[in-house]
Amino acid sequence: MADINNFLALMLQLSVPIVLGALCGTIAERGGIILLGVEGLMLIGAFAGVAGSFFTGSAFAGAVISVLAGAFAGWLYALFCLKWKAQQSVVGVGINLFASGITAVMLKAIWHTEGMSDSVEAFSSFTVPGLSKIPVIGALFYEQSPYLYLMILITAAAWILFYRTKYGLRYRAIGDQPYAVQTCGVPVNRYRYIAMMASGAIAGLAGSYLSLAQNNLFVTDMVAGRGFMGLAANIFGGWNPIGSLGAGMVFAVAQATRFYLTDFEIPSQIVQMLPYVVTLLILLFVGKRVKGPEALGKLVD
Amino acid sequence: MEAIKMTGIVKCFGRVRANDGIDFTVNEQEIHCLLGENGTGKSTLMNILFGLYHQDEGEIFIHGKKAAISNPNDAYELGIGMVHQHFMLVNQLTVLENIIMGKEPGGLFLNKKKCEEQVSGLVEKFGFKINLQEKVENLSVGMRQRVEILKTLYRGADIVILDEPTAVLTPQEVDELFKILRQLKKDGKTIVFITHKLNETMALSDRITVLRKGKVVCRCNTSETDEKELAAKMVGRSVETVITKKGQIRGGVVMELKNVRLLKKAQETVSLTVHAGEILGIAGVDGNGQQELEALIIGNKKMKEGSLLINGTEARKMSVKERKKLGIGYIPSDRHKNAMIADFSIAENFLLGYQDKPQYNSHGFINYANLRKDAQEQADRFETKLAGLDQPIGQLSGGNQQKIILGRETSHDPSFMLVAQPVRGLDIGAIEKVHRTLLELKEQGKAILLISAELSDIMNLSDRIAVLYEGRVSALFENGEYTKEEIGLFMTGKSAGGKNS
Amino acid sequence: MKKWEQMSELKKSLAAIGIAILVGALFILLSGESPIEAYGALLKGALGSPKSIANTISKSIPLAFTGLAVALGSRCGMLNIGAEGQLHAGAMAAVLTALSLSAFPEPIVLIVSIIAGILAGMIVGGIPGFFKARLNTNEVIVAIMLNYICTLFTSWLVNGPVKSDGSTAQTEVLPEGVWLGRLIPQTQLTTALFILIAAAVLMYIFLWKTSVGYQLRAVGANPSAAGTAGIRVKTYMIMAMVLSGGLAALAGITEVFGKYHRFIEGFSPSFGFTGIAVAILGRNHPAGVLLTALLFGIMDMGALRMSRVTDVSTNMVTVVQSLVILLVAAPELIKWNKKRKRG
Repeated sequence: MADINNFLALMLQLSVPIVLGALCGTIAERGGIILLGVEGLMLIGAFAGVAGSFFTGSAFAGAVISVLAGAFAGWLYALFCLKWKAQQSVVGVGINLFASGITAVMLKAIWHTEGMSDSVEAFSSFTVPGLSKIPVIGALFYEQSPYLYLMILITAAAWILFYRTKYGLRYRAIGDQPYAVQTCGVPVNRYRYIAMMASGAIAGLAGSYLSLAQNNLFVTDMVAGRGFMGLAANIFGGWNPIGSLGAGMVFAVAQATRFYLTDFEIPSQIVQMLPYVVTLLILLFVGKRVKGPEALGKLVD
Repeated sequence: MEAIKMTGIVKCFGRVRANDGIDFTVNEQEIHCLLGENGTGKSTLMNILFGLYHQDEGEIFIHGKKAAISNPNDAYELGIGMVHQHFMLVNQLTVLENIIMGKEPGGLFLNKKKCEEQVSGLVEKFGFKINLQEKVENLSVGMRQRVEILKTLYRGADIVILDEPTAVLTPQEVDELFKILRQLKKDGKTIVFITHKLNETMALSDRITVLRKGKVVCRCNTSETDEKELAAKMVGRSVETVITKKGQIRGGVVMELKNVRLLKKAQETVSLTVHAGEILGIAGVDGNGQQELEALIIGNKKMKEGSLLINGTEARKMSVKERKKLGIGYIPSDRHKNAMIADFSIAENFLLGYQDKPQYNSHGFINYANLRKDAQEQADRFETKLAGLDQPIGQLSGGNQQKIILGRETSHDPSFMLVAQPVRGLDIGAIEKVHRTLLELKEQGKAILLISAELSDIMNLSDRIAVLYEGRVSALFENGEYTKEEIGLFMTGKSAGGKNS
Repeated sequence: MKKWEQMSELKKSLAAIGIAILVGALFILLSGESPIEAYGALLKGALGSPKSIANTISKSIPLAFTGLAVALGSRCGMLNIGAEGQLHAGAMAAVLTALSLSAFPEPIVLIVSIIAGILAGMIVGGIPGFFKARLNTNEVIVAIMLNYICTLFTSWLVNGPVKSDGSTAQTEVLPEGVWLGRLIPQTQLTTALFILIAAAVLMYIFLWKTSVGYQLRAVGANPSAAGTAGIRVKTYMIMAMVLSGGLAALAGITEVFGKYHRFIEGFSPSFGFTGIAVAILGRNHPAGVLLTALLFGIMDMGALRMSRVTDVSTNMVTVVQSLVILLVAAPELIKWNKKRKRG
């Protein structure tokens, strides 16, 4: 039983950045913006978190700064997409490259090293003594960080916002028929700016999880594809917050499995490949039914 | 009291003055028709009133008060609602959700019950028959229009603008719509009805404003005018009509369409033949299967049943490419979408669709010498105004674009021409050129299928006329057998009875 | 008219480069260094001697290949974001072919290997094309998945089945006879340059002189009109991605056969993604791509010296490159800048 809990706990740890990344994708794309830049936004968050913690000496302050930095980057991202009407896929590629470059440049400017920052104050994982012994559910309380609960909270909040409030109704409609919503007097672009900033903030948070909870320092390109994995999970989950959570968990299982495969003959790369292969197969077999927001990439004036 | 008063409205798009000093007034509690041909600035004027565009000059008064309308929200605040030609609905959501969108009752959270109560009150008051929980994507066009009207009412509009609302409706749906509009008027609403159809204007309105080329040419009470006078005002000068010569000997069958279903809901299938040396005109209200007919013949849409013979060859299962090889020349109704590539040069556009012809294709390489020679020749033949063959076609006027396309499609000796809405949006000079070309082609012995929403064009050019109604042919006859009024009846579904040829 | 438009496109590209370099200078200033010193070192490092020029050109070759690949896809309306995966697959397939054919004459082995590599790239490139054409799935998403699948799969190969002895994740070294020959001794510049020039010229001829190329561009510019003109839109979408994948594969093949002489894990510092920037700045035209790749090569090469002489990270170059992408991608932004300059 303990083994299962260990595995699940590990899976939950690994799921945090993927699920948060998937939520970024869901939030932005539900309103019709193609968000290929999750990876870059997360990297900016990871760096801002470490820099914040370094200068303030507090991991919590670092995390807050990462969220602010992410929101700011999300706003810039939105400026390019909405105000300057850049092709959204290309902006995503540009943001990813920019984040990779700028964080390395700043890293060298602050710590005068290449590749890795100094160690900073970080979050330590905690275990709730009694609860962690409960089979299966105990994993939620075994060597976890506050980020896990925040992730669940954000997922739930996003779902309620999307499906139970009037703003959610409007926003989902924007992703399908922005012009129609615009003529109802809803300021479409304002909603999209806010959504992009929220996406950025969540990506920043996800980044700081990597640098301040899983590690206590910044390493160049440390996001290592989790942003793209999140995007895949978002599609897998059908552009729905709960779906994103579930799909993110599936990806996390594949990630976690590799730590348990050392005794077997299955190489870790193959296991890591599986979620991508599965997503492709899903697209292949149910391709036409996997329907994203209809107006992805479409702008209004 | 005037509900709407717009004075000296000017709106330019680039060099085009879409509204050129328009004065427009609508009295309270009247149905006012804004009449004019396509592209005369009717929609532009109303989009300014609704806050989607901003006038360059001029002022707006609503119920006597000066109004600054910078977005639809402002318009709604002033009690102005608009039903657009292209519906502004979110198909994935329900009727109810669409109606309340942007003005949901209650606080942050949606209260479905409260929403439903408010909306169903309206639905009952005005006698709409509609299921609020149905998704919009499952609704018929007429029903969608009702949702749009409900949307404006829900927002408290007392002035409702409808932009070409009947273009997509069947006659029955038009009747229903008119009933609703009269009911609204009775309840104190003011209605502005944009249209280019004279009979509807006469049937529905209290007063009329006619626009031509961005200017008001006539203001009158409906009771003091008639269709003939309005038509003259709308068109301005009397157009030099090109009229087909009768009595040309018809050749053999070139195109034969058998038992083809145009619309899913259509009860009957359609069969048509076009002979060499004749123009078969397809008349009918837009949306009765014209687009489907066009797409099925050229092959942009798969033909599930029936058959299509081109010069005796079964083409039903052929690709577009194979069909064109059988000798089809095609002038599509949507020029920008289907006939040209705006960014490509005129020469490159002249190649479009004929890239495999041996004179343009030597061992896989484009023969630019031949291409430019032919393109120039055709451009000259049609007196096309262009800076050079390397100019992107998107920079030409609509008329000149259409001339290039006509030149291209006729220069490969097609035996059958599929021509859809060939003069839509063209200036009068280009219209005459297009009409003359069609008649020349006929004299050369081509078989021509002409689909047009302009009944006068159909009547002037065709040898035989088929009327489409709800995806079926309601009448098929020799041109001259029926008057314009009788054809108008066929367009509303009456059949031609025994005289059917 | 056409010339005027091209001029303005060129101006826009130059404006984007100018702004990016200025913003880069600002970042350098912020990190407490002198932009003039840093950029001076960069230029000297890239163009200071014949050898450094040769190395600069060699740095730009893989970027030019991926740039051409992305440009070809874009001409057909497909954003090939999967060049990274395609070049990994191509390099690995070529290396494995060369290693397994050691019994044959070396020139034949080289040619067969290159063909094998191109085919691998084509297959990987064709998959997103197929998904787009048959299922209308966004080609970008599928290509991203394939990037991971290809890099992980090749990583598994060099860590397992085809790993050479030693601790590095790499294959056995290739026989010397199949290495691409050096053009200038003691530099990295190889005959890959000729392959590149040939590819660029062929691509130009293909796109603007042949009927098939014309049809491919027509699909990219207006798929609906192309379909009505009897062009098989879906076939061309797949074809464009297949060809694009083949070009991307050449980036990987020429790197491993010219520089490393074996497949080494992580040999590509995301050439595939930079290729998107190269294609955009080069306006999807082969000549523009070559020039842009050279510019990026200068930055990459010079960055090494810049980071030695000053305390500015080599990654400053990445920042400038990304700014170029963002500026070129945002047509309205350049307009806005022009307005500001005038006003």
